[in-house]
Amino acid sequence: MEPEKRMDKRIRVDLNLEQNPISPFESLSEEVLFLILDLLNSNPLDRKSFSLVSRSFYKLESCHRRWLTPLRLDLLPSILTRYSSISHLNLTLCSRLTDVTLASIASLLSSSLRSINLSGSRSYTHKGIECLAEKCFNLEEIDVSIRVDLGDEVAAAIGKMVKMERVNMGRCKKVTDLGIGCIAAGCPNLKLLCVKGCVGVTDLGVKLVAVKCRKLQSLDVSFTMITKKCLPAIMQLPNLEEFCMTGCLGIDNKAFVNLKQGCNSLQALDMSNCEHMTDSGVLSILQKYPNLYHLNLASCSSVNVSILSGLKSMCKLGSIKLDGCKVTASGLKSLSNSCISLKELSLSKCPGVTDEGISVIMAKHKDLVKLDVTCCRYITDESLSAITSSCTSLVSLRMESCTKLSSEGFRLIGQHCPKLEELDLTDNDLDDEGLRSLASCHNLVSLKIGICLRITDNGLIPVGQSCPRLQELDLYRAIGITDKGVSAIADGCPHLEMINMAYCTNISDESLKFLSKCSKLCILEIRGCLQVSSVGISAIAAGCRLLSKLDVKKCCEVNDAAMFSLARYSHNLCQIHLSYCSVTDAGLLALACLGSLRNATMLHLSGVSPKGLATALLMCHGLTKVKMHSSFKSSIPRALIEHVESRGCSFHWMYKPFQVDFESSELWKQQSHDLFVE
Amino acid sequence: MKQIIGEPGIDLSSDSKMDLKLTRNSESFHKPNSSNHNLNSFNQASQYFPNLSPTNFLSRAENLQQNLKTKSTNSFEPNLNSGMATQNPPLDWDPHAMLSNLSFLEQKIHEVQSLVQSIIDQQAEFSSRPSELATRQQLATADLTCIIIQLISTAGSLLPSIKNTLLSNNPALRQLVNPDFNNNLKCEGLIRNFPETARNSEYEDLLRNLDNEADWMKEPNPPLQSDIVDANPIDEHDLKESDDGDAEREHLPPGSYIVLQLEKEEILAPHTHFCVICGKGFKRDANLRMHMRGHGDEYKTPAALAKPSKEPGSDVHPVTRYSCPFAGCKRNKEHKKFQPLKTILCVKNHYKRSHCDKSYTCSRCHAKKFSVIADLKTHEKHCGRDKWQCSCGTTFSRKDKLFGHVALFQGHTPALPMDEVKASGSGQGNDDMTEDLGGYNGNFASEECLTSMDVKGIDESRAYFSPMNFDGFGALDEFGRGGFDLEDNPFAFIPSGFSQRSGDS
Repeated sequence: MEPEKRMDKRIRVDLNLEQNPISPFESLSEEVLFLILDLLNSNPLDRKSFSLVSRSFYKLESCHRRWLTPLRLDLLPSILTRYSSISHLNLTLCSRLTDVTLASIASLLSSSLRSINLSGSRSYTHKGIECLAEKCFNLEEIDVSIRVDLGDEVAAAIGKMVKMERVNMGRCKKVTDLGIGCIAAGCPNLKLLCVKGCVGVTDLGVKLVAVKCRKLQSLDVSFTMITKKCLPAIMQLPNLEEFCMTGCLGIDNKAFVNLKQGCNSLQALDMSNCEHMTDSGVLSILQKYPNLYHLNLASCSSVNVSILSGLKSMCKLGSIKLDGCKVTASGLKSLSNSCISLKELSLSKCPGVTDEGISVIMAKHKDLVKLDVTCCRYITDESLSAITSSCTSLVSLRMESCTKLSSEGFRLIGQHCPKLEELDLTDNDLDDEGLRSLASCHNLVSLKIGICLRITDNGLIPVGQSCPRLQELDLYRAIGITDKGVSAIADGCPHLEMINMAYCTNISDESLKFLSKCSKLCILEIRGCLQVSSVGISAIAAGCRLLSKLDVKKCCEVNDAAMFSLARYSHNLCQIHLSYCSVTDAGLLALACLGSLRNATMLHLSGVSPKGLATALLMCHGLTKVKMHSSFKSSIPRALIEHVESRGCSFHWMYKPFQVDFESSELWKQQSHDLFVE
Repeated sequence: MKQIIGEPGIDLSSDSKMDLKLTRNSESFHKPNSSNHNLNSFNQASQYFPNLSPTNFLSRAENLQQNLKTKSTNSFEPNLNSGMATQNPPLDWDPHAMLSNLSFLEQKIHEVQSLVQSIIDQQAEFSSRPSELATRQQLATADLTCIIIQLISTAGSLLPSIKNTLLSNNPALRQLVNPDFNNNLKCEGLIRNFPETARNSEYEDLLRNLDNEADWMKEPNPPLQSDIVDANPIDEHDLKESDDGDAEREHLPPGSYIVLQLEKEEILAPHTHFCVICGKGFKRDANLRMHMRGHGDEYKTPAALAKPSKEPGSDVHPVTRYSCPFAGCKRNKEHKKFQPLKTILCVKNHYKRSHCDKSYTCSRCHAKKFSVIADLKTHEKHCGRDKWQCSCGTTFSRKDKLFGHVALFQGHTPALPMDEVKASGSGQGNDDMTEDLGGYNGNFASEECLTSMDVKGIDESRAYFSPMNFDGFGALDEFGRGGFDLEDNPFAFIPSGFSQRSGDS
């Protein structure tokens, strides 16, 4: 929303110069301003600029906002009084959320609240949820996932919300059938239910859900103890579209073979990691679900793709994942014959994939959009030529660790796949020439070329020049990259959100200064970039206000100054990896003032004393996970550790010897390949 | 049947039970043993039956007494010896028991003899009272049947192929030595099969069956079968599964089974096993056997102490079902939609449950009453432990029952266990919570109060915050200024930048 911003600035200048008592914006009607606000979604800072224009703008912005993702709870009361019409509240970044907070949210927002996300937040109990149930009677969506300690009471409280449509209880391990039963009986409008990893849930609960919630569209029972007993009831749901049962070991062939009734509405079925599924079960699935579009059979190691030859045609099946299955060329042939409208295919880690198999598929499926051949180590340029010659509309191509490909193959990608948005060439034998030809994929959003040791600036510069939409760039251990290449990226890719330059040892502060122009950058990994110092980090902190993850491990030059800058600007910082940095107590304490910080790794910080560390731990309220050296365990008071733990923080005491040098990337790659060969 | 042969002062139920035991014992050796060896040897043994077939000596009932004596001594033992010579050289039957069996038979035959004699003597009187004559005839019939059974039993004990445990001639003895034995055969089925006009020719009919080897093996004569009411006299608790409901599931076509009906007194009799010597009653056969040991060494043999064979042998016998004596009951044979009961135990449980007072009260809940003590015991095991509860208050002992209930009704939800519900006190503290809006500003001390928050805890946290004058949102400006939560912070010098924040991401 650059134009908007520019306008803001210009008008402000006007006001200052002319001292005009009447704002020119008064003439703009509310409808127009609302329309403008509707468009201001990509960058949260835009809305801030908007509301700073005038009092009426501020007010309008307050009225307009529907979504809110607060970073700090202590500001929540003022925020909620300002934004009274919030309907979607995301509290995932507020790690310590008490019942009192929830009660106040409930009374402040009451009927306007439609959706609340409490995933991963700690400290609240069922009482808070009961407050929500009592006051927010329009609540339609709730996410209480990743609360391992929450039990059936929470589910019972959710069961009191009559309008509830979408419930996510993933990994609430203490929830049992009783809780699920409460939800089933209390929420007749339920459309989505996720009980992933709720190990206490069995057939009884799931069955009751299927009986009671006839509007259910999406059901996730992954990693539960369900067996075939509940399947008939589920398959009678008239609107079920998505059914996920990853890792349900109780499901086997009989479950589907004996199933009398199919489900016409079912579109997506995820059976990954169902180890007891074999061919006959899959075959009966394909026969019984005529409208199936997505089928995920990843890691069903006993499924053999050649069974598909028994099928006449699966005209609707558009997306199939066969990761880690037994795949042969003939199997792929029957697959290509039977699934005539295939759009997405994932064959990652299928050892049987060869050039022949790929060619067979490509001959039939010219409109393939996504292809994943990660770790199919036997495919060569022949496959690539087959892929590129037929599938010109390919959007996503993942071919990590396909080591037999050469630059000729990459040239073909660049020539024939102009629509490519996602390309993963990690651990390939990519060189500058290949990378240069890839630059002709102008739509690239995500490019992963980590562990391609041969690429240099000469290859990267064209990418920066011709891929303006790039958001994700992985240059892990691309040791040939220097500041010049990064500057090209920073100039050409303003939407960059994530960049990984770990172990690119030629990177210096200059690179970071260039990157600070990318205001959307939120993930920065510069592990092991020895030339980077606090100057670069400070520049990033000031320029990239949305920074949420920072990895500066082994950047020995980074010191307190960087921490001060981060504490000042990076209020979105959630995760930081500081090991081996030259940070002292002061820097650490400054960092601890960041309320958003949740995850910190602090090993081998020579300048930090146990006292400083203890104080930092005390101050940093939002911490959920801390990695520290085990030598601190004895020097930090036991009571303090217990106190911090009681706030919901888990300690990971690492015992790692101080590593003076680290091996060169060539050596490292050789070692990792040796590991694979073994 | 009581009206016919009932004698005052005789415990009918105990008698009928003894019949059962008798027949069970006699029956036990008819059954082919499951083990192959035994089956073969049994077949082998069965070849003797034509030889020792009672046709020779029982073809005419008049000659019964004389024939019996001669046959039992002459024709039995040679056969026995030859059989044992081939199969089982060591003598595994008790000659003393055999002798006492034979003397019992003798005594019995004398009884019948005197009975028949008395009929002849009083023929003139009977002409005026035909019913008494019929009674006498019946008694004679019953006694003769008894003799036949005993004879077969004794003969069977000599068969080398059958194990002692199966023979259990001692228990048979024990039953047969009973002085009241002539009152024993009183089951209605027996009566039906031996009508008042029973004649000797009918015995011949009966015994003709014995000639036919196959029939003998597969389908023992009806009077024996009709008496087999309880082949497995186990304790009621053991058999509780086979409740009166079981018969409902099988759909036997009417007429394909024999219907027996016991009287109320028989059903309600406390004891079903009686000592033949002292008359003491027992509920369990095993207890009786233990008791019998006190009556002499002959009851201490392994054979006497062995558990009677439990083989049901339903394929061998005609199907027998039971009728409830309560008129109008669906289990009564007069009922239009008569549903028979499967076993004696079913009859007992059914009668007690449906037509008797519920005299056993649960000592825990004092609410539930039972008429069958086993039901009470089952209930007491689970009483107070119905942990699956519905919001409507109904409790269930099993989770699937609760879920079935919830699935059936609209608006019912599973209720959480009581202790949890108590902990999740209703939202009365909510208003307090909203007043304490300042309570979650991340202040260190406040966390102490709130981490273990229950309804009480809310009040505590409130007490903590009240000195700070945070009444509702009046304190909100404090937040705007920032720095509030850093006032006690030794590192307040660090730029906080609160005012620059948008507060959202």
